[in-house]
Amino acid sequence: MNQMPALLSIITFTPLIGVILLLFMNKNNHSVLRGLAMVVTLITFLASLPLVTGFQSNAEFQFVEMVPWIAAGPFQMNYHVGIDGISLWLVILTTFIMPIAVLSTWTAVEEKVKEYMICLLLLEVGMLGAFISIDLFLFYIFWEVMLIPMYFIIGIWGGKRKVYAAVKFFIYTMVGSLLMLVALIYLYFKAGGGDFNLLNFYQLALDPATQTWLFLAFALAFAIKVPMFPLHTWLPDAHTEAPTAGSVILAAILLKMGTYGFVRFAMPLFPDATEKFTPLIATLAVIGIIYAALVAMVQEDVKKLVAYSSVAHLGFVMLGVFALNQQGVAGGMLQMLNHGVSTGALFLIVGFIYERRHTRLITDFGGLSKQMPVFATIFMIVTLSSIGLPGTNGFIGEFLVLLGAFESNLRWYAVIATSGVILSAVYMLWMFQRVMFGELNNPKNQTLKDLNAREIAIMAPLLVLIFFMGVYPTPFLDKMSPAIDRMIKLSTTKHAARLQQQVPAGLQQMAPMVTPPAMEMK
Amino acid sequence: METLVMPAINFAAIMPETILSIVAMVLLLLNVFVPGEQKAYLGYLSLVGIVLAFFSVVSGWNAPLSLQEGFNGSVLQDNFSLFFKAIFLISSGLAVLISDHYMVKEECNHGELYPLILFATSGMMLMSSGTDMMTIFLGLEVLSVSLYVLAGFKRADTKSNEAGLKYFLLGAFSTGFLLYGMALTYGATGTTKIAGIAAAAAQDSTLAGNPMFVVGMLLMATGFSFKVAAAPFHMWTPDVYEGAPTPMTAFMSAGPKAAGFAAFIRVLMVAMPVLAVDWHNLLWVLAVLTMTVGNIIALTQNNIKRMLAYSSIAHAGYCLVGFAAGNGEGTAGILFYMLSYAFMNIGAFAIIILVGKKGEPNNNVEDYAGFGVKHPVLAMIMALFLFSLAGIPPTAGFIGKFYLFSSALKAGYVWLVVIGVLNSAASCYYYLRVMVFMYMKDPVEEFDWMKLSPPVLLCIAISVVGVVVPGVVPSIILQLAQKAILL
Repeated sequence: MNQMPALLSIITFTPLIGVILLLFMNKNNHSVLRGLAMVVTLITFLASLPLVTGFQSNAEFQFVEMVPWIAAGPFQMNYHVGIDGISLWLVILTTFIMPIAVLSTWTAVEEKVKEYMICLLLLEVGMLGAFISIDLFLFYIFWEVMLIPMYFIIGIWGGKRKVYAAVKFFIYTMVGSLLMLVALIYLYFKAGGGDFNLLNFYQLALDPATQTWLFLAFALAFAIKVPMFPLHTWLPDAHTEAPTAGSVILAAILLKMGTYGFVRFAMPLFPDATEKFTPLIATLAVIGIIYAALVAMVQEDVKKLVAYSSVAHLGFVMLGVFALNQQGVAGGMLQMLNHGVSTGALFLIVGFIYERRHTRLITDFGGLSKQMPVFATIFMIVTLSSIGLPGTNGFIGEFLVLLGAFESNLRWYAVIATSGVILSAVYMLWMFQRVMFGELNNPKNQTLKDLNAREIAIMAPLLVLIFFMGVYPTPFLDKMSPAIDRMIKLSTTKHAARLQQQVPAGLQQMAPMVTPPAMEMK
Repeated sequence: METLVMPAINFAAIMPETILSIVAMVLLLLNVFVPGEQKAYLGYLSLVGIVLAFFSVVSGWNAPLSLQEGFNGSVLQDNFSLFFKAIFLISSGLAVLISDHYMVKEECNHGELYPLILFATSGMMLMSSGTDMMTIFLGLEVLSVSLYVLAGFKRADTKSNEAGLKYFLLGAFSTGFLLYGMALTYGATGTTKIAGIAAAAAQDSTLAGNPMFVVGMLLMATGFSFKVAAAPFHMWTPDVYEGAPTPMTAFMSAGPKAAGFAAFIRVLMVAMPVLAVDWHNLLWVLAVLTMTVGNIIALTQNNIKRMLAYSSIAHAGYCLVGFAAGNGEGTAGILFYMLSYAFMNIGAFAIIILVGKKGEPNNNVEDYAGFGVKHPVLAMIMALFLFSLAGIPPTAGFIGKFYLFSSALKAGYVWLVVIGVLNSAASCYYYLRVMVFMYMKDPVEEFDWMKLSPPVLLCIAISVVGVVVPGVVPSIILQLAQKAILL
């Protein structure tokens, strides 16, 4: 390949270099600390741009790096990374959101700035690493590494019930991911050893019973992260208590880990189980869409409302992904990016008014549009994008998801889910109306200042993306579609057929049900 | 005239033990002449002995059998025991490093402490390389008697006295079980040699059904379960760990526990493979009980020493999972895990020692409020140890747990592993709780009484390396452990 060597590693570990630099900085010089974190995240973002230009539109993993890492006993783990069309945009989303997150805390975090920036950068390492891992063991390591900084971000810089929220977040995620680890090791032995290469695992043929259990273990970990109804209860707590940047990262990227996990691992690895559980998951997704919308409607806290809207949006993603056709999965993937942009932007907006008024209760506001016209305009655009108005990014994603679901056997689910689109308009617009319009009768609101240059600079790239992705999503979809095709093919090819082909009759039943694919190393 | 047969004395096989014993006796003599305020020098001298013994352990690795075997087959210093010996030496070395600071703070005359640690260590070594039940028993007694004294070392402190006495009573009780088990086994097989027992069982197929043999195995398992603090034989642990001087708690939770496993593994795996079905099931139950009891009770603890005591029960449970698996990976996992555990647990105790005031009135979790603000580096290191104990990557604790659990999965014990990981998730709660206080609560204290004693900091630094390096690049140690298994 004519690409820069080790580009993915450079991108992933640049933030780690930032962490090491930060460790040796004077903790009282806040502007230097912030500046450094900003520079590091910007460099990471710029370094990730060649990924887009250098990416070939095919289904293969690209920018692949492979170094043997652990070899002991029966195990062989490799540092094996690479991206395909599915992970490409998530990597870019991560590097794109991070500078914005850093910038958003310029004035919001005044205490322990050094530790805060260290946590943010560590988090970035974990997230990027998880998206680029091809070796499943490596993926698990990064997946867990993400947990620690997020735990501290919620727990140290959060609101009143921060400890509760942080511990709940940690334990919930931990239970899921440990069970996933068990399934992962089990899968490894089932594959007859070798290494943890995902591509080899794709070639496995597993009997349906095994698939069911493994799928359940993987799905639990991912469903908690998404989060799917009824495992979503940690999310509103975590979101409400987390500082703005924490919420932005949580919504924009961390939740995508769950949906990404389904697309990358749970579905293509266990197609028979996927088929079996599609009705269940689609049902939960639809319940999530409707239920979260209804709950969002009655929230008094703006941030909680946005948090519940997240649950609803990710319900759409799940529905699209499980439609398992090109439109559905592409829509789901696009909706993941959209949600990252729109909901990230919404949390930033909530952060702006919270920083000014130190309250997020809808009743404390009203008529802000007179006082803050620029803010009102931006807020409106983001709100419409979140609802999915044509011309904004949200529309394309939701439309494709529903289209895909209609064309699959999830038609009736799609019918019900469509009402979620209407409900989302109801709660978002109603909230917008109560906050921005009406009488400006609260004296505290009469002195509010409009957005400053820094805040506009934070929002500007997001607004550009909202329209760009809404009007011209083709570049995104083009790069994704070969990888999505492969994912659909893998997820719909039954293992039962493979089993019959591969295990000649008369061999022992316990034969490791796999043709060892050509190993890439040795 | 009968010719006198010279016993096969082979000092190469017991070289580390010999070095430690000699140094310990020299220390006992010197102790008389060293004035009270300079007892630290005895500590340095004992470190020299430990380092020498460590070199002897390293040089014995992969040695030919003629150098490993000795004393008519009652000692075998194979790779298995060498790996364990390294663990013992590391844990006693780290314990020595943190002892002086603590004992001076507690105003306790501690000249005898170092020889006792060395004697205990040589006892542990004998346990790990003993291939005769008598050798194992002898090693166990040398270890236990030293530990009884060490647990009750703070003479003026009632809690420490209680710890010593309790440990003595229950220890003696459990030794009774062990000895009775050995006697029954001898009765059934006619030999005390581990290899002899295995040979007898291989020859006589009725032995596996012989109640005397089975009960012998059960009684020995009970005795060893006491030593490794497996539930339901764990009752002594919390009180002893809480009452004993903190450096000794750290020591006891790492070294002697590993020694218990060493002997336990050798007796069951080498001597009694014919009873494998029985002891696999037994260990399955023990593992589940131990993990669950340890973790659930740890959840409710407020005293951090007591919390770590219960958590140490839980960690023994994780090791039992690997043991129950009964395969090479399981044993290698135990070796790796006990090594990492020595680092992370003693490291955590070292920080507790630094934070503790005289008489340790501030060992509760609340007393760590704001520690992260006042001492960011130490708090970060404490967090590292706690994350490692909780088994979160990229730390040695994670790799160890991964290895143990995967060995059990390989052997087909899926439910055992599921119970294990759920336990592990629950354990996060109480480890996190310490971090909640360190980072998320406002400081109540100034922590201005803390003296950053260099030896303690050295111990912490070594422990950090011992937790991080095997966590990121575990291959070398895992390969060594894999070479040290018995099968």
